[in-house]
Amino acid sequence: MSAILHVQGLSKRFGGFVALDGIDLEVQPGERLGLIGPNGSGKSTLVNCICGTLQNETGSVAFDGNVVDGLAAHERTHRGLARSFQLPRPFPSLTLADNLRIPMLYTVHKRAGTPLHAENVEARCAELLQMVGLANKGNHRPRDLTQVEMRKLELARAMAAEPKLLIADESMAGLSHSEIEDILALLVKLNESGITIILIEHIMTAVMSFSQRLAVLVSGKKIADGKPQDVVRDPEVVRAYLGE
Amino acid sequence: MAPFTLIAIAVATAVFLVIREPNIEYLFVAGYTIVQYIVLATAWNILGGYTGYVNFGSAAFFAMGAYSTVALVTFGNEIDELVPESLAPIFHLIFPLSIPTLIVIGGVVSGIVGFGMGYLTLRLRGAFFAIATLAMAVVLQTLVVNWEFVGGSGGAYIVRPGEFPGLGSYMQYLFALMLALAVLAIVTARAIERSRLGYGFAAIRDDELAAEASGVPTLRLKLVATTISGALMGMAGAPFPYYIGYLQPQSAFGLEYAVNSIAMPMIGGTMSWVGPLVGTLLLGTLQQVANVTISSAVNLLLVGLLLIGFVIVAPNGIVGLVQDRLRARRAK
Repeated sequence: MSAILHVQGLSKRFGGFVALDGIDLEVQPGERLGLIGPNGSGKSTLVNCICGTLQNETGSVAFDGNVVDGLAAHERTHRGLARSFQLPRPFPSLTLADNLRIPMLYTVHKRAGTPLHAENVEARCAELLQMVGLANKGNHRPRDLTQVEMRKLELARAMAAEPKLLIADESMAGLSHSEIEDILALLVKLNESGITIILIEHIMTAVMSFSQRLAVLVSGKKIADGKPQDVVRDPEVVRAYLGE
Repeated sequence: MAPFTLIAIAVATAVFLVIREPNIEYLFVAGYTIVQYIVLATAWNILGGYTGYVNFGSAAFFAMGAYSTVALVTFGNEIDELVPESLAPIFHLIFPLSIPTLIVIGGVVSGIVGFGMGYLTLRLRGAFFAIATLAMAVVLQTLVVNWEFVGGSGGAYIVRPGEFPGLGSYMQYLFALMLALAVLAIVTARAIERSRLGYGFAAIRDDELAAEASGVPTLRLKLVATTISGALMGMAGAPFPYYIGYLQPQSAFGLEYAVNSIAMPMIGGTMSWVGPLVGTLLLGTLQQVANVTISSAVNLLLVGLLLIGFVIVAPNGIVGLVQDRLRARRAK
């Protein structure tokens, strides 16, 4: 089976600082990949380079069989790459339903080639809100939400674009145990519906229970990639997290 | 035609007939200014209110429309000197251009300027974008001041015909045209608001990064906004030389156009087409009253005071204030 995401020799520098240094990464369709690494190791930069928010200097990113280098973020979204942001970035002046409407109008609409019917958009909004447990808040604005609801909205908006690959960037940071369970269950459900998921997370219990495979970034380099149980016992990974 | 368009046309017609009734020429002169600001404020709001990009250069777009008219009228007057004799008859057939044609041309010119400005500056955000638009206005004004063909710094006279056949004074005709433009601007703004484009604009206003991630082509949409907004401002400016009779750069690029086109939507509310309309009716009328009763210099002072007041008391404008009240009452 050919990889849905193929990152090859990807590097990114900010001035003299090398944020990413020759990253290679493959993700298979339907896979659940965990991506971990200490603070400042380049996880978010990698996400930004994959999604087009930042453009990488060297190396290349191929998605679904096509090289996407140089494409703007919205074009990559149109091709089926969606992400959630580490700090939720809702559209504050729009209701929750309208927050979800944006990716539908601009991505699904575009992909379908024909205008979506207003009722279909309406129904899909309701369905997504139902899925993340915000069904009764469709007319509320993001400022009325709690932190966990905000994360759910963030995921729902990413899902509204009907992606093939979802990158969830620390969607559980700062949440309580039961809230983490909530989000994890949601992600597993999405994965079961056929969406490939890359989970970036600090919370190890969550990553370990979710991931089928684990990749570790340290100082812009990928130092390990494999079965979660093996990776966490890897001496290099242990050293990166705990020191000598 | 959509019901809203019909209603807007009906309202504009009613306004025209009511103002016509007392047969006082001054009402048309004052009314023209107010309706012109409805167009400018609505146009400003398409970029400033919907996408959140504050344009300080409205006067430049307005002036580009006005000076397109001056250039074309001057050209029409001097066809025999400027054009080879063999071609002159053809040009005499086309010129002088009617004002509706000049409005369309003014719109195209300012639309192109808007597109160009957008292309050059839209990678800038917030205050930097606002400063760039201000700089663009200064550059364009300098160009016009040094362009002798349209009168340079000395200005240009445009002779306004006394009568418009079948309607009455020419001022009535200009007023009717401006009302039509206001209908066009408001119908456009409302259509945008309720369309896919409107949702895209709102996404840009709220969070550009998230908009991109949701698949919104932010750069392209911002260009659409600067072009539509610029074109409408240019259309508002095109008949202005006929209104004022004597146009000079200082008046066409006047500060009051830039300030009023920002202040009126801010006072009315920037989230919907209603805001600029309400803000203009309030502020524009107040300015006209102050013009007559106190002095024309009080205008900008009024704007300043009201703007400060609204920023403190009702940051979302009158429309926002009313919506908040209604929501609060419903919650009770």
